[in-house]
Amino acid sequence: MAAPVPPAAQSAAPPRRAAGVAGVALLAVAAIVYPFAMKALDAEFYVSVASRMMVYAIAATSLNLILGYGGLVSFGHAAFLGIGAYTVGILITEGVTSGWIGIPAAMLLAALVAVPIGAVSLRTRGVYFIMITLAFAQMLFYLVNSIKAYGGDEGLNIRVRSAFGFGLNLKDDLTFYFVVLVCLAGTLLLVHRIMGSRFGRIVLAMRDDDVRAEALGVPTFRYKLVLFVIGAALGGLAGALMVNQQNYVNPNVLHWTQSGTLMVMVILGGVGSLWGGVVGAFALLVLEEVVAAYTVHWQFWVGWVLLAIVLYAPKGLVGLLRRAAEREGAAK
Amino acid sequence: MSGILLLEQSLNGLQFGLMLFLLAAGLTLVFGIMDMINLAHGSLYMVGAFLAAWFVQLTGSFVAGVLLAIPATAAFGMALEAALLRSLYARDHLSQVLATFALILIINEGVRMVWGSDLPLSAPAALAGPVELLPGLYYPAYRLLIIGVGLALALLLYVLVTRTRMGALVRAGASNREMAMAMGIDIRRLFTAVFGIGAALCAVAGAMLGPLLAVQVGMGEGILILAFVVIVIGGIGSIRGALVGSLLVGLVDTAGRTLLPHLFREFLPPQLASAAGPAVGSIMIYLLMAVVLFVRPQGLFPARG
Repeated sequence: MAAPVPPAAQSAAPPRRAAGVAGVALLAVAAIVYPFAMKALDAEFYVSVASRMMVYAIAATSLNLILGYGGLVSFGHAAFLGIGAYTVGILITEGVTSGWIGIPAAMLLAALVAVPIGAVSLRTRGVYFIMITLAFAQMLFYLVNSIKAYGGDEGLNIRVRSAFGFGLNLKDDLTFYFVVLVCLAGTLLLVHRIMGSRFGRIVLAMRDDDVRAEALGVPTFRYKLVLFVIGAALGGLAGALMVNQQNYVNPNVLHWTQSGTLMVMVILGGVGSLWGGVVGAFALLVLEEVVAAYTVHWQFWVGWVLLAIVLYAPKGLVGLLRRAAEREGAAK
Repeated sequence: MSGILLLEQSLNGLQFGLMLFLLAAGLTLVFGIMDMINLAHGSLYMVGAFLAAWFVQLTGSFVAGVLLAIPATAAFGMALEAALLRSLYARDHLSQVLATFALILIINEGVRMVWGSDLPLSAPAALAGPVELLPGLYYPAYRLLIIGVGLALALLLYVLVTRTRMGALVRAGASNREMAMAMGIDIRRLFTAVFGIGAALCAVAGAMLGPLLAVQVGMGEGILILAFVVIVIGGIGSIRGALVGSLLVGLVDTAGRTLLPHLFREFLPPQLASAAGPAVGSIMIYLLMAVVLFVRPQGLFPARG
């Protein structure tokens, strides 16, 4: 049986695809040159700033898979970041420093925890789904707070970063930057491939019309659960990188405001578009950095910018960019 | 564990639950009638508390300060509704989340710019001491006042919603907005009024809880989530659900925080008990919500038929 394909999901016309490939290639070159340029300018600090932004970009992209493509508004995504971060943090504290063990373990554990959470939450829909995912994340937040052996509410410092062998030393900011870059590229490629597959088409069909997909014989619950678990595993990856980036993790990584921030990044960037999470994460964090340089009351001004975007760019920044590009194309 | 402690903690739970109800009542109506997720509801609670603390400073009287803060917060809420939130009703939930999240940032920092990070607010001196309710049961007079105010307002709201014309319109709007509009009800004006009442209730809760929990920036976020838990448990749009949900959450939260650790200390090794106690207490309410939603996915008292 063929999967139902909504018209909106059909791929773009060939000329736009060629432009897209060129754009991605340009972006990749820029991302590779960037740290060397910063080093040459004696501004190495901005290399680790960029690493941090890319970690958030992975987290936001993983949420976008669930929220944007799947239409499942999860308000507890920080839980999976937290599981990933604590898995790596605890393994390193216990002497298991290999990243080849730590990162897969973080993703696996996030996925395993996502199975029961998803199985219960997906019974509800709409606002109730938002709230029940929030509830599970809060339970984990308080649970982590109480584990005194691993820092409790004071958090957990890690002495060393994950080790990968082959001369890869994450302590070096440049190496860490490229490891995160590869992870981000891998995440984007994976999301792109998933959404281009039969599975992805079914996910979009469920988002657009749940009942119709069910009527066509799609076991919607199972598909949603698989999507939820994949998103959680990628969230675990972001968490694993985050603890390495900060050399530290505390329970706030699981707090609901963190889930809210990730959600804001996705909505800001563009719900259900491949680059939405990346654009949103970069835009929010750059905005914070820039405004914070001028005033301690940066939240005030960031709030107004976000508000303006909701009111005047309903499809997020990616939608805004796309509209601008189309206008330019029409003018030619 | 003695009976006195049990009674005292039940009163604490009741007191907290009633204050939660003041927040949840406004939230559930906004949510129920306009299908709008308003994360900034907690900000109204914070603004109410700051206004109360400020007016108390200016007038030197607790009662006058609180009474001034209530209409001021209501006016602030109605202005917010008319200027901004109104344009969000037709938008999807995600836009509402982003917009009201932005409002939290703006209002938090705005308050910090005007008043700083916190303001002192203490209970009136006359009510500072304890009252002997039963032989051996001393209870702070101020907390009794909160219970009294909470019960009175809950009753007033109940009468307003079930016995007045405006209440009937509100219930009609909550159960089916399109139908209510088709019958000629001006939902927009009704809604601005509802929002004002919601903001006024927030101000009462903020002002009354201020002396117990500290008036500070960010005080709205923690309690906002609890208020959402309450309305989801109770059923979105239902005042009765909000009341039952608030009392349940208030009691479970207080029991989880104070009674469970006692129990643990009696049955578990002390080290484990001191670690597990606070966590389990906080987890209890979320567990309660997850169980309620699992059994009744629409909450206890669904407002929509």
